[in-house]
Amino acid sequence: MTTKLMGQGVQRVEDDRLLRGQGAYADDLDVGPGLLHAAVVRSPHAHARIVDIDVDAVLDVEGVHAVFTHDDLTGPMADPLPLLIPHPALTHGRTQYALAKDEVNYVGEAVAFIVATDRYVAEDAVGKVRVTYDVLPAVVGIDAARRADRLVHDDVPGNLGARLEQQTGDAPAAVAAAPHRLSLDLDIERSACMPLEGRGTVARWEPALDRLQVWTSTQSSTGVRAAVAVKLGLDLGQVDVITPDVGGGFGVKINHPWPEELLVPYAARALGRPVKFTEDRREHFISSAHERAQVQHVEVGFDDEGRLLGLDVEFWHDHGAYTPYGLIVPIITSTQLLGPYKPGAYRVVFHSLYTNTVIVTPYRGAGRPQGCYAMERTMDAIAAYLGKDRTEVRRVNLIQPDEFPYEHHLVFQDGRPLTYDSGNYPEMLDKIKALVDWDSFPARKAAAAAEGRKLGIGLACYVEGTGVGPYEGAHVHVETTGKVKVATGLTSQGQGHQTVFAQLVADELGCRFSDVEVVTGDTRRMPYAVGTFASRAAVMSGSAIHLAARRAREKALRIAADALEASEDDLQIVDGVVSVKGAPEVSLDLGTISVLSNPLRYAFDEASKRATQFQVGDPGKPPVAEDDEPGLEGRDFYSPERATFASGMHAVIVETDPDTAEIRIVQYAVVHDCGTLINPMIVEGQIHGGVAQGVGGALYERMAYDESGQLLNASFMDFLMPYVSEVPDGIDVDHLETPSPLNPLGIKGAGEAGVIPSAAVFAAAIEDAEGFPITAMPISPSELFELRLAQS
Amino acid sequence: MKPAPFAYHRPRTLDEAVALLASEPDAKVMAGGQSLVPLLTMRLAGPATIVDVSAVEGLDTLAVDAEGVRVGAMVRHADVLASADVRRVQPLVSAALSHVAHPTIRNRGTTVGSIVHADAAAEMPVVLAVLGGSVDVVGGSGRRTIAAADLFLGLLESSLAPDEVATSAWFPALADDAGVGFAEIARRHGDYAMVGVAAHVDATAARVGYLSVNDVPTVVDVTGVDPADAGEAALAHLAPGGDVHASAAYRAQLVRVLTARVLREAHEHRQSRQGAA
Ligand SMILES: Cc1cc2nc3c(=O)[nH]c(=O)nc-3n(C[C@H](O)[C@H](O)[C@H](O)COP(=O)(O)OP(=O)(O)OC[C@H]3O[C@@H](n4cnc5c(N)ncnc54)[C@H](O)[C@@H]3O)c2cc1C
Repeated sequence: MTTKLMGQGVQRVEDDRLLRGQGAYADDLDVGPGLLHAAVVRSPHAHARIVDIDVDAVLDVEGVHAVFTHDDLTGPMADPLPLLIPHPALTHGRTQYALAKDEVNYVGEAVAFIVATDRYVAEDAVGKVRVTYDVLPAVVGIDAARRADRLVHDDVPGNLGARLEQQTGDAPAAVAAAPHRLSLDLDIERSACMPLEGRGTVARWEPALDRLQVWTSTQSSTGVRAAVAVKLGLDLGQVDVITPDVGGGFGVKINHPWPEELLVPYAARALGRPVKFTEDRREHFISSAHERAQVQHVEVGFDDEGRLLGLDVEFWHDHGAYTPYGLIVPIITSTQLLGPYKPGAYRVVFHSLYTNTVIVTPYRGAGRPQGCYAMERTMDAIAAYLGKDRTEVRRVNLIQPDEFPYEHHLVFQDGRPLTYDSGNYPEMLDKIKALVDWDSFPARKAAAAAEGRKLGIGLACYVEGTGVGPYEGAHVHVETTGKVKVATGLTSQGQGHQTVFAQLVADELGCRFSDVEVVTGDTRRMPYAVGTFASRAAVMSGSAIHLAARRAREKALRIAADALEASEDDLQIVDGVVSVKGAPEVSLDLGTISVLSNPLRYAFDEASKRATQFQVGDPGKPPVAEDDEPGLEGRDFYSPERATFASGMHAVIVETDPDTAEIRIVQYAVVHDCGTLINPMIVEGQIHGGVAQGVGGALYERMAYDESGQLLNASFMDFLMPYVSEVPDGIDVDHLETPSPLNPLGIKGAGEAGVIPSAAVFAAAIEDAEGFPITAMPISPSELFELRLAQS
Repeated sequence: MKPAPFAYHRPRTLDEAVALLASEPDAKVMAGGQSLVPLLTMRLAGPATIVDVSAVEGLDTLAVDAEGVRVGAMVRHADVLASADVRRVQPLVSAALSHVAHPTIRNRGTTVGSIVHADAAAEMPVVLAVLGGSVDVVGGSGRRTIAAADLFLGLLESSLAPDEVATSAWFPALADDAGVGFAEIARRHGDYAMVGVAAHVDATAARVGYLSVNDVPTVVDVTGVDPADAGEAALAHLAPGGDVHASAAYRAQLVRVLTARVLREAHEHRQSRQGAA
């Protein structure tokens, strides 16, 4: 028997190609002669009426092929972009136009689209478009949005897109009746995904075939396909969307269609030439999505042990100028806030607010970092109030292992009940305490203090709903060469899907790992799919692939049993060879079985002769049985009832400089449970990346908007992503595996986990080092210094 | 992020370069391109003509003798940093250079380019100013030497005329009875500093230079002041401002802390050199 690959740290098959620069991203694609390049005229104002757009000067620029403004768009293209996820509470949802019509609502909003021989010429032309604006006062930041003395959209009173309330029990009454009460006011700032590759789209219209092909850097090729078809008035069958290599997504590419994802194919069809748009970094800052900004108010009532009796949370969520992605982010905050705890009575109210800034759509973690921050700051505040160890206050609130499935009586982001499937939070708490030697930290801190040094430790816990529906599918095809071609519709942005999916296929089908080739995000290969978000690829596509491979295996065994005149039960498949157990010489390889699975009239090589009409088949029966199909294939879909719930706990030790307020990471530890591990190395990689991104979000990154809505730090010079020198030298990782009962493999998602507790855990550690509350994140040395001044 | 069109020349001689600068309208010198190219691609600068001096003969010499260090205009940061002679003759140059950007940028960026770019957040202008160095230039009206004190006029503004090419920078050697120190605090490793401090002390004087504090690299004489108080004293001559990375009060704090650290380092350096001598 070959060993199972499930659980093995198999080396990523993607890396060799990608690290050698052999990846093919949207911008690398040469899709045919006559390729034209696009650039976008963007609003320089956060809020303005468009009085006039004068493109005359552009028409003379040599090399310019076309200029589009809203006036040039026809049919559905002239309508607002889709509101992707409607919700009854989103009473005032608004989306932008592919090109602004009459009004702009953030710096960076697309106003005109220029197509030219190359991007240089296109940018020259951008500079020559004269737009006359009537500048309006801008609404920037949550305070201004709440004050509502200025409105982003005239017809949205109070700048309020949505107000949503959920509750279990009577939280205000429970808080009022509790022996102890606290209230907290918390702040968390904007950040953004910042994939190495920004957005990018290439399209080719083939008039002879009446077909459109679109290559786009997306997290949902089927979503883009549907949107393009609707907007361009095409049948779905006329549109192929292919996802090439994608240089990171982190959420920003799940929002779709971006204006350019429609304008590029629109222009390609209008001009009869292929067109490409490649977003540059400045555009990414001002026209792709941001996330995270919230203001939170927590009222909590608890007993002498710190046990939650009532939790009453209200928060204000800055969703930017438009709401294409609905209420997903604040809904996740409001539900995932609860983490591994039983809240007692719980009420949460959120207000989703318009501001004249870039739109907010999910960024890795998608509202969870904010929820975790609110809950964990509350836990620390309770511990400080009661004078108890922070881990003990958490422990008394944990959901116990025998309480699963745990029903919160709330509605989650997928419209389904918030029900945790499995977990073991007390054991996890023991593990994280051991990993950072929590109990001996006070002595360590005291020793440092004696030398004039400030150390602090923080802990933060989270639960993450992963693998939400509705479904994913897979197709597994064994070629006559024995190679196994696998397709699933969701997309890859570097996660290592090719590797883990191949592991699953090799295990289930019994083929060699190296014979498996996985294709993702190509609507020609798998037209039914949802997308890559919410840590769902392994759970959803992984399960579908597992099921599809099982179907292919069943068929292989059936055909082999027939050909070998053996019972299926006596057969095994090892390294792509089906043989009779105990008689390995009686065998057929999968390639041959594939030949036999497809009755042929015509032979095209030696192998295929075996399947021709004078060679095989019972002349008294149809060559393909009534309930069968030709080919050695398996196809299946996976559609779970609800999400799986992964969990984790992070701890960090920081040292803060008494003079300069610099914040140094001394140790970072993670305990993580994503159910059964497919590939621990890839999971650890995801954790490492998530922690690095979280360090950025907690200590370095912010979107520095001024009061007029200009983003002051829209470049990598001033938007500070951590370098390798800013992230911890090592991250201590320990795993826990509580398999999910919801899917055949017991897996849960792992993609976002690493970033969720960062704001919470760093706030806790810095607070511990400094001895005063930290209520606003991210925090820089300058801000820490200002806090010290305010304290003294 | 594509530059606007420009004419490009890559002369072989200094005379040609100067002639091009004089004759072409709105021409700009390019050395390593590490500051200029980002400005071009972001269309923050749009010169009609670029005169690339990287092929000009004679600009790539790094000469070190007992008098000091002369860095030719095309000598890259990395080569200056790698030179043991430079480190021996004027250790402040090497100490500061290790804080300039990242290795890939130091491989292309030039030390002279960094100085004449006159960025108040850059290290080498301050080093030149603290050491009392100078820059040699050639232009339409001939050759001249500009002392550091006369070089930096304002934000990204030097006293070079538009038709002048800087040919070298001169850093005097460290005297036997002198010591130097350098420190800075940046948000991330290799970033432009929020505040940086360079110090030079000898038997009679103590001078401290500041980067990222004023609009121009600024040197303050702190002779006779206790290192612990020198930062506060220096603040009388400085006007730290706030930006997205640091508040004015925080910058002032860094001036206090770093001045004390760097002055002590310079005094210790001086003592260790005298001990060795
Ligand atoms: C990511 C990044 C980080 C950086 N970090 C730092 C840092 O921490 N500290 C720091 O000091 N610098 C930093 N730099 C800038 C770097 O040091 C540059 O190399 C330097 O500022 C300019 O040198 P250059 O040769 O590249 O000049 P160029 O970019 O070619 O020119 C810069 C300017 O100087 C003029 N110029 C250049 N040479 C001459 C000459 N011989 N005669 C007349 N005019 C001339 C040009 O016309 C132009 O205006 C960074 C750069 C980058 C891209």
